[in-house]
Amino acid sequence: MIGHTLHAGRRALYPGLRYFSETPCGEIIEDVLERTDYPRVTKQASLYVHWPYCLRRCSYCNFNKYIPKDNNDHVMTECLQRETETLLQLSQVSCITSVFFGGGTPSLAHPSTIAAVLETVSRRAYLSDKAEVTLEVNPTPAGKTKLEDFCRAGVNRFSIGVQSLKDEDLKILGRDHSPHQALQTVDEARRLCPGRVSVDVMFGRPNQSVESWENELSELLTVCDDHVSLYQLTLERGTQLFKQVRGGEVTMPAEDVTAEMYQCARRTLQQHGFLQYEVSNFARQNAVSHHNRSYWKGGQYIGVGPGAHGRFVPLGEGGVLREARTQTLEPDVWIREVQQRGHATRRRIQLSHLELLEEVLVMGMRMTQGINPKHWESFSPHLGLHEVFGTSSDVQELIRSGQLILDDRGLRCSWDGLALLDSMLPALLVELQRQMSQRDDRADGRTKRSSDPQ
Amino acid sequence: MVLQAIVDRIPPPVASIDDPFKALVFDSNFDHYRGVVANIAVFGGQVKKGNKIVLAHLGKTFEVNELGLLRPHEHPTQKLCAGQVGYIVAGMKDVKEAQIGDTLYLQDQPVETLPGFKPAKAMVFAGMYPMDQTEYPALRNAIERLTLNDSSVTVQRDSSVALGAGWRLGFLGLLHMEVFNQRLEQEHNASVIVTAPTVPYKAVLSSPKLIKEHGSEVITIVNPAQFPEKSVVSEYLEPMVLGTIITPDTYTGKIMTLSLKRRGIQKNMVYIDEQRVMMKYLFPLNEIVVDFYDNLKSLSSGYASFDYENADYQAADLIKMNFLINGEPVEELITIVHRDHAYNTGKAMCERLKESIPRQMFEVAVQAAIGSKIIARETIKAYKKNVLAKCYGGDITRKMKLLRRQAEGKKKLRRIGCVEVPKDAFINVLKRKD
Repeated sequence: MIGHTLHAGRRALYPGLRYFSETPCGEIIEDVLERTDYPRVTKQASLYVHWPYCLRRCSYCNFNKYIPKDNNDHVMTECLQRETETLLQLSQVSCITSVFFGGGTPSLAHPSTIAAVLETVSRRAYLSDKAEVTLEVNPTPAGKTKLEDFCRAGVNRFSIGVQSLKDEDLKILGRDHSPHQALQTVDEARRLCPGRVSVDVMFGRPNQSVESWENELSELLTVCDDHVSLYQLTLERGTQLFKQVRGGEVTMPAEDVTAEMYQCARRTLQQHGFLQYEVSNFARQNAVSHHNRSYWKGGQYIGVGPGAHGRFVPLGEGGVLREARTQTLEPDVWIREVQQRGHATRRRIQLSHLELLEEVLVMGMRMTQGINPKHWESFSPHLGLHEVFGTSSDVQELIRSGQLILDDRGLRCSWDGLALLDSMLPALLVELQRQMSQRDDRADGRTKRSSDPQ
Repeated sequence: MVLQAIVDRIPPPVASIDDPFKALVFDSNFDHYRGVVANIAVFGGQVKKGNKIVLAHLGKTFEVNELGLLRPHEHPTQKLCAGQVGYIVAGMKDVKEAQIGDTLYLQDQPVETLPGFKPAKAMVFAGMYPMDQTEYPALRNAIERLTLNDSSVTVQRDSSVALGAGWRLGFLGLLHMEVFNQRLEQEHNASVIVTAPTVPYKAVLSSPKLIKEHGSEVITIVNPAQFPEKSVVSEYLEPMVLGTIITPDTYTGKIMTLSLKRRGIQKNMVYIDEQRVMMKYLFPLNEIVVDFYDNLKSLSSGYASFDYENADYQAADLIKMNFLINGEPVEELITIVHRDHAYNTGKAMCERLKESIPRQMFEVAVQAAIGSKIIARETIKAYKKNVLAKCYGGDITRKMKLLRRQAEGKKKLRRIGCVEVPKDAFINVLKRKD
């Protein structure tokens, strides 16, 4: 790994950029790759904004969320704007393709916060009127009454955390709304943004059976809009639910049961006209989430707010490698840092070319359409998709057993394969690593092994 | 208190400074910078820095560079005298030059050699093979370096149809073997396939052709894969040991049950005082080597003690048990077992294999077989779902880390047919537990 990073840094390995590559002997060769998408990749990004506050903590949640002691809204808004501005400048993107307000509970923020951030974006980059601007909504009555104002502030898509339509389950999950309130919120959202409302539901909940899940889904399908996100309840260390399960107060369904829940949900949604486009995401009428899809396609994203994550090339600092960045977690500390230096980036890790490709692979395979050769090429012009995976015996085996498909449309999972993606990814990663290292050997010729610490 | 009691009650060594120098080498290590460091007990005379000494076995002469006491760390001194125990560094480059049990004397004053030690007898054998034949030279070097400092490990070259060229190593016990394996991994970064621990069985051949081939009627079988079929053997023999168990009498019943289960035959039982019993049992060695001692200790809350010495070989009804993973035989798991234990051992090993093999995308059948007869089976269910379907808010770093780690782990997995098995799955499997 270290060897790769050094190489990449030394050779400015990202394709598409006009770069000068230095051979080990010190010659300078000019290398220009025109027929790639990469310049476009670094000129645009999607924006994620984190609103960290919640009124309560749900029993299963381990996201970066806080219950506010005082009203920090004003200062938080200012800092979100400031950090947005700083990071936009740092990334030098000219276009923000979509915006997502997540959290915490973004619907607790004042609509003017949303407007302010969007306005800051527009000042620094091009934000189309048609760009998707999503807000996560906690479906309490309070949330519902604000929806219209959010629309006016610029939100044009809502993602509603319904989670469950069963009152008892909502209590176990620690939610602060009723199923009825959730449905009302969905209604209102659909009125304001028809065809642009997504509903989050959770399966694998305590005391859930496949049958009750099927019924619940059927009920949901009568009222939801054109996008559904299905998430499996996962026990995370440190959450209240984790402790309850460990203490025996609460039992989770068995693994086979949750597997069955997932599969039957896929089938049911398909029967109702939804196309599964990602492991957890289903859409009718092509109402996909553009923001999330750009993650899975390996696009850059800028993360603003406490604990937000980003992936972009800091061109403004002369950077050439994409970085994985995390903002400071704790809101109070985050605020101070933003006030002091314009942004509160706590961690930045440069991604080598291999690491970047690994992420493109892992994220891309989550989509049902998988990775097409052109998409791959925009990140890896020197090593084509078929070159990497076409000769692998492991891949051949997976194709033969019907889990993977590799054809001129690219590499993707079959229906069955998608449910077992994580069993296949290690093999795909091994193959990618092997092909990259062979290619590096060929490119470098004799000097590689002697200088490489590996 | 104990040390003081030793000082008070144990008589001092009988030795005189006036005698010619005579010392026994009882241990040796290899130090990268100084060469061989020999631990010696001086039985007569004295030795100083600069003296020229001779090691009796090879007859080679060396000059003493450094010597001293062990307190327990090295404490250099100017000389060592009769009755003292310490260390000596004399420019020896190979541990073979300072054999354990060897006698040291001054160059111009040869002495009668001391009765040396009997070399430690290897009791548990295991095959060690590199993960890949390309790693053979690296593993060979690692084994050489480790055995430099551990002369109790016996090394024999071996090869297997499935695994290629490797070694059969002999250890003093199962723990010794585990530690050796761990050191190979950690200190020498070697990835090793370890095969079933076995004891050296013997077979009395009945086929004249085989007798001629082996040069003798009785052969020692160290690799279970070489176990000759019943048809060419008139008798199988297993090594026996005479075990001595000393225990508070409250545990006698449980210990007798345990020993009976291990095919032990009681030879003697006496009370050595009001509350303690000493029992002598004749055990087959293979019943002892894995976990008899652990079980004895836990049965007796730690109070029982166990010691054993080699006894002669005895006839035994032995059979070879094979293990199959999805129909593929796994050579490393071939176990030679007494007929009485076959079913239980087979079932237990299948169960442990089940726990050690990760779930795959298809069902895995683990079977124990004697000849063509399957005697036990376990099934590992296929994954029905293995994909992260939770909402993870944009940070894929954790997931990437996990996947990369799994990718690394995958490189170390072995392929048995279509099934991927961690390479240390077998070493875990082969420990029997009651």
